[in-house]
Amino acid sequence: MTSTDQQPFLSVRDLKVHFSTEDGIVKAVDGLSFDLLKGKTLGIVGESGSGKSVTNLAILGLHDRDRTAIEGEILLDDKELLTASEKQLERLRGNKMSMIFQDALASLSPYHTIGKQISETYRKHTGASKSQSRARAIEMLRRVGIPQPEVRVDDYPHQFSGGMRQRAMIAMALVCDPELLIADEPTTALDVTVQAQIMDLLKDLQQEFGTSIVFITHDLGVIADIADDVLVMYGGRCVERGTKREVLRSPQHPYTLGLLSSMPNLEHPVDVPLNPIPGSPPSLLNPPTGCRFHPRCTFAEKVEGGLCSKEQPPLEVTNGRGSACHLTADQRAEFFTDLAGSAAN
Amino acid sequence: MSSTTPLLDVSGLTKHFPIKGGFPIRRTVGAVQAVDGLDFQVAEGESLGLVGESGCGKSTTGRLITRLLEPTGGRIAYRGEDITHAGRKQLAPIRSEIQMIFQDPYASLNPRQTVGKIISGPMEINDIHPAGGREARVRELLEIVGLNPEHYNRFPHEFSGGQRQRIGVARALALEPKLIVADEPVSALDVSIQAQVVNLLQKVQRDLGIAFVFIAHDLAVVRHFSQRVAVMYLGRIVEIADRDDLYGNPRHPYTRALLSAVPEATVQDEGVQGRERIRLVGDVPSPINPPSGCRFRTRCWKATEKCATEAPPLVQVEGNKPGHLTACHYPETTDVPATVPAPRLAKDPEAAA
Repeated sequence: MTSTDQQPFLSVRDLKVHFSTEDGIVKAVDGLSFDLLKGKTLGIVGESGSGKSVTNLAILGLHDRDRTAIEGEILLDDKELLTASEKQLERLRGNKMSMIFQDALASLSPYHTIGKQISETYRKHTGASKSQSRARAIEMLRRVGIPQPEVRVDDYPHQFSGGMRQRAMIAMALVCDPELLIADEPTTALDVTVQAQIMDLLKDLQQEFGTSIVFITHDLGVIADIADDVLVMYGGRCVERGTKREVLRSPQHPYTLGLLSSMPNLEHPVDVPLNPIPGSPPSLLNPPTGCRFHPRCTFAEKVEGGLCSKEQPPLEVTNGRGSACHLTADQRAEFFTDLAGSAAN
Repeated sequence: MSSTTPLLDVSGLTKHFPIKGGFPIRRTVGAVQAVDGLDFQVAEGESLGLVGESGCGKSTTGRLITRLLEPTGGRIAYRGEDITHAGRKQLAPIRSEIQMIFQDPYASLNPRQTVGKIISGPMEINDIHPAGGREARVRELLEIVGLNPEHYNRFPHEFSGGQRQRIGVARALALEPKLIVADEPVSALDVSIQAQVVNLLQKVQRDLGIAFVFIAHDLAVVRHFSQRVAVMYLGRIVEIADRDDLYGNPRHPYTRALLSAVPEATVQDEGVQGRERIRLVGDVPSPINPPSGCRFRTRCWKATEKCATEAPPLVQVEGNKPGHLTACHYPETTDVPATVPAPRLAKDPEAAA
């Protein structure tokens, strides 16, 4: 739950990330704000091109500085990251904040042993000796559930299976006890049974270390499992946010509702066709005017005066709960009931 | 199963990929046992779902059925005709009746051909001249899959992922097939688009009466689409049943674990007992050197000596409805959900109550 008396650990204010490309300016993130408390998990949901990964590259300062224009504020423990020098960021990355990526094989160096890659981070940030950092690497591998860590520490990434690589990457990300962990689709490439193992591992480690996690995914099922708060992104903007319960049980934005009702679950009546969202995600080179979801929204025509295509709905947030939609609360109550009934059972 | 000849009858289907090694003479030093003794049937107009984790052989099975791969052993019969080792000539008429839809809509369409050319390709190869001409037929197909017939002259890059997958479906429909093998047709698509394609395939299946072998790893999508479902593990079918039996009364421990691992977008009230949670430990063993006996035994919490020595046959175990086959020595029962607490099994204490 969001409480106001606690200082947010990570705070993003009106973040804008624009890339200049040959075809024009891509507004990958266009005015995003959120707070994350210590020891909590924020789930960011969105489709490809919704700006969820770009947000996190910006937090870590991993974007291409020459081609990217960033505005806004990113405060990590009251320290401004956007104006920080590359040196300062380097000290923070891997130490205070770290990241897990989707494709573990591509994120590990094939030429170095797992143990070397884990201990390198540790040595760089703590100045520990080779033997100390090796011991630390073995300890971390044990922590993430790799069998025989004293032996496996000398293996190369290709000798690990997919799930083990993802574990090794988690070990590498957590080796310096970071306070912020950004996980970008960490389980998408994994099988469901392995995914379940990794999610449990992340939850255990979070409890043990009190890490704050930003968890990026397209899968609402994964969100339901791990997140405390949820932020739904569409076309570079936040369309809805709130606690997991609020967003999944009583969605306020038609896009969230659409996502929930388009997914089959294990209880969905089989004779009822799925309820897809029509159309496809917008191009960020040339986003739709007004609300970016309006060309695909079933309710756009119900708003008077064609407001949805003219005016961008503001995101009004009270106590961490809010959505950016022109529909009034009464209209929502009227239109959403039948759909929500089938989605949230 | 009815007594008439099934559309597709597969028995003992096996595919081993040889591993070559050694110097200077390269010999076969081993084999990846991708598929190892599959038995299943597909009736006309029926949809069979094949689920399993990566490496379980489901895609290989799809490619064997369409005879893109040569089986190592076993038998594939299409409408009673043995096509296991049929040559090009014999396969030609059958190829037009068995079509395939691929996973990656970006890789499976030729970027240098127009949509019209792509979709009419199968007709050209088979020298088919539909009444009214090929172009009219292509436009009709575009209409069926929900694309604008005016897009006839466009190229694949002008379409989004979901639309490309529709083009793939239109191409598969071009020859009025009897059987379509769909290999992960929605998993490369965005969540909001997946439902569109699933609905399209379902409409096609119902309206045109086409049988489907639907290969996917997403259990919820398979449940939605298939009347019968087969669960595969390391090259073997561990359980096959009608949809309701499989999802309502899973008897194989692996099926059960798989179902319990599916993340669902629901929030439980506090104090309300959630779904059963079974956490398998470890990864799928290598198909080069699979475990003896039951292949799941290394991750199973019920495994005994017997499982290591004796491979369980795929049979109708006690308590199963007809047509519900399970390959397990110690099948699960509904009333006692996974009670055996063994070191191999990590279970959520809340759900165990």
